[in-house]
Amino acid sequence: MSRINSPAELEEFRKGILSKRDPNKPCITLCSGSACHATGSKEVAASIEEEIKKQGLSAEVDFRKTGCHGFCERGPIIVIHPEEICYFQIEPKDVPEIFSQTIKEKKVIERLLYTDPSTNEKIIHESEIPFYKYQERLVFGSNGNIDPKSIDDYLAIGGYSALAKTLSGMTSEQVLEEVKKANLRGRGGGGFPAGSKWEGSRNAPGEIKYVIVNADEGDPGAYMDRSLLEGNPHSVLEGLIIGAYAIGSHEGYIYVRQEYPLAVENVHIAIKKAEEYGFLGKNILGSGFDFTVKVHQGAGAFVCGESTALMTALEGRAGEPRPKYIRSNIVGLWGRPSVLNNVETWANVPLIINKGADWFTQFGTESSKGTKIFSLVGKITNTGLVEVPMGMTLRDIIFKIGGGIPGGKRFKAVQTGGPSGGCIPEELLDLPVGFDELTRAGSMMGSGGMIVMDEDTCMVDVARYFLDFLTDESCGKCVPCREGMRQMLKILTNITRGKGKEGDIKLLEELSETAREAALCALGKSSPNPFLSTLKYFRDEYEAHVKEKKCPALSCKELIAYHIDPKKCQACMTCLKKCPAEAIVGGKNRIHVIVQEKCTKCGTCFEVCPPRFRSVMKISGEPVPPPIPEEARTIVRESKQK
Amino acid sequence: MDNDRIDQIIDKHQGEASSLIQVLLEIQSENHWLPKEALERVSEKLKVPLTRVQHIATFYKAFSLVPKGRHEIHICVGTACHVRGATRVLDTVQDLTGIKPGETDLDLKFSLQTVNCLGCCALGPVMEVDGKTHGKMAPSKTAEVLKNYE
Repeated sequence: MSRINSPAELEEFRKGILSKRDPNKPCITLCSGSACHATGSKEVAASIEEEIKKQGLSAEVDFRKTGCHGFCERGPIIVIHPEEICYFQIEPKDVPEIFSQTIKEKKVIERLLYTDPSTNEKIIHESEIPFYKYQERLVFGSNGNIDPKSIDDYLAIGGYSALAKTLSGMTSEQVLEEVKKANLRGRGGGGFPAGSKWEGSRNAPGEIKYVIVNADEGDPGAYMDRSLLEGNPHSVLEGLIIGAYAIGSHEGYIYVRQEYPLAVENVHIAIKKAEEYGFLGKNILGSGFDFTVKVHQGAGAFVCGESTALMTALEGRAGEPRPKYIRSNIVGLWGRPSVLNNVETWANVPLIINKGADWFTQFGTESSKGTKIFSLVGKITNTGLVEVPMGMTLRDIIFKIGGGIPGGKRFKAVQTGGPSGGCIPEELLDLPVGFDELTRAGSMMGSGGMIVMDEDTCMVDVARYFLDFLTDESCGKCVPCREGMRQMLKILTNITRGKGKEGDIKLLEELSETAREAALCALGKSSPNPFLSTLKYFRDEYEAHVKEKKCPALSCKELIAYHIDPKKCQACMTCLKKCPAEAIVGGKNRIHVIVQEKCTKCGTCFEVCPPRFRSVMKISGEPVPPPIPEEARTIVRESKQK
Repeated sequence: MDNDRIDQIIDKHQGEASSLIQVLLEIQSENHWLPKEALERVSEKLKVPLTRVQHIATFYKAFSLVPKGRHEIHICVGTACHVRGATRVLDTVQDLTGIKPGETDLDLKFSLQTVNCLGCCALGPVMEVDGKTHGKMAPSKTAEVLKNYE
């Protein structure tokens, strides 16, 4: 492949690609993101390839392994074009039928379709499924249509046209103005306006400047950046090159976690291809603008998602944050002006350039424009990645798109913003999502994790969980974070173990205040958020733990006991056989009893007890009833009596 | 791992001191742990003090200074898995293997580690053994999975 030397040549080349593609030719796309790999999409891909070979269809059918479609709950997902028939939870054994029925006979296979749980209707097209219907997939939408390893696929959907537009007709000031006008705010957590950040670097003194992609996505339960980088790496790269042009940078870095091997692989391929085509390197598209990108793999440290820590890590040192008297866009990597933006932020840039700031600002709220990708996980029916316009209410996201809580349980809270965020209770479900709206509610946007919790989740335990995570990830440089958090964790752990004391909550509040005021970086400053927000909305749960030694959600292991209701037990032997601690005594027609001294409280009996009996119960805050006497344990069945 | 292979890795990164983390990552991924001799070689070749190499090797989670077992068990304790009961899965695996997170058993059979999110939250709680994902885990299912590994 020879380099493309001008925007005109790029358009010519694009026409060439499109002319070779027949929109009416059957094309099977299969989700091949990391989440679908876990559900077996590699095996499905192998059987599709085999079927194509066996039937000699390589000329008649296209097969494309795409990035994440978002609906991870139902993966692996297949979409058959041009009819856009959508099949879910595909296994290798379904593949021959898909070929014989759908590809050849053009018939839809009912059993592989999505069934709407409320109407029981089968739905054929992706766009009609509630999970997708209410989304606005501006950034994430192309993921399901292109092979991330193919630059031609990206060009076929108009890729690099924003770069061509920038380099051929816009001055760097114009690019900057457009991004500022769009009011694009950082998608990584802080929500800082990208345009202002860029402007600071642009105006900072010095010849050498850097642009950096932050793909050190570390929030547990959030994986949208990974999916975007895996599924559409060129969109991130294109945004980065445009940003570099705007601030006058010629060197860029992509900092990506080594825990994301597929993202690392796809980014490497994308850079190599972009270099071959002439979108990277010297004299890009004949404009005289030079730009190169390097990949740096993160070695596993949550704090490296923080801007200054990330830059320190890029320099080859331990990723500890620096005080920010001067922001890193002025003095950053190797002391030079450096613009660091998150994956999703960069991916928004080509859209803004192509369609204009006025188009972009029609989505969203007064202060938060555009869309946001959320990772909707936890106790939710439709787990997956969803992209919605800013301003959509939490209720719509969780119930309309997410399909509500599974198992008929009650919604309790939704946790946003990762470990630095907070929990939002049911009464605030009509809150529109936006940077400032979430902050006002005591949480934050963060990078977009949205963990749904139901009545079985203990909010004190959630606060303890996040502090445990942060204590482990604290770099140890400043005292309030290193020592303060450790003490907070100790107190919270005691509370969840029934060793809470009067005054503990007050002490936790004091420690929180110190961390907020005195910690060095955002990790420490925001570390009390999970505690403070759960205390604000669920103080009664804290008090029940401390005063009554009771866990109202029946979740904290040390505060609960399992008990078999002798009136309900049908002596079916299921729990008895499954108990890993052999703590259940009983037998055929003998009511089962849990030996409390042996019980490890793993909860297996509770889970396996057949729903028609529901005889295993959890008890907290009150004594376990004494075991039913030996002589009363025999069950006399009525049918046998006759 | 011999010095020649380490030198090759270092040369690939043009012997720059700033590539220290990348060099260590590559050694770790090939050798599964970082022996003291390897750290010394890296320090010498990159002209970085051994203390700083040690600092890096202990700061980042990807590195191990002790040998790993034949099978690596990763239990996801990300938030989504946590609210779905990952702790109870972890407890059972600890009981079955007799080791705690971060440890390797004396037979070098299993190494156990907790990880903060594997990004397949739809399958939570998730346990990964040697890179293979086992989804929708329950305490009662762990023994079934682990007995397949020798």
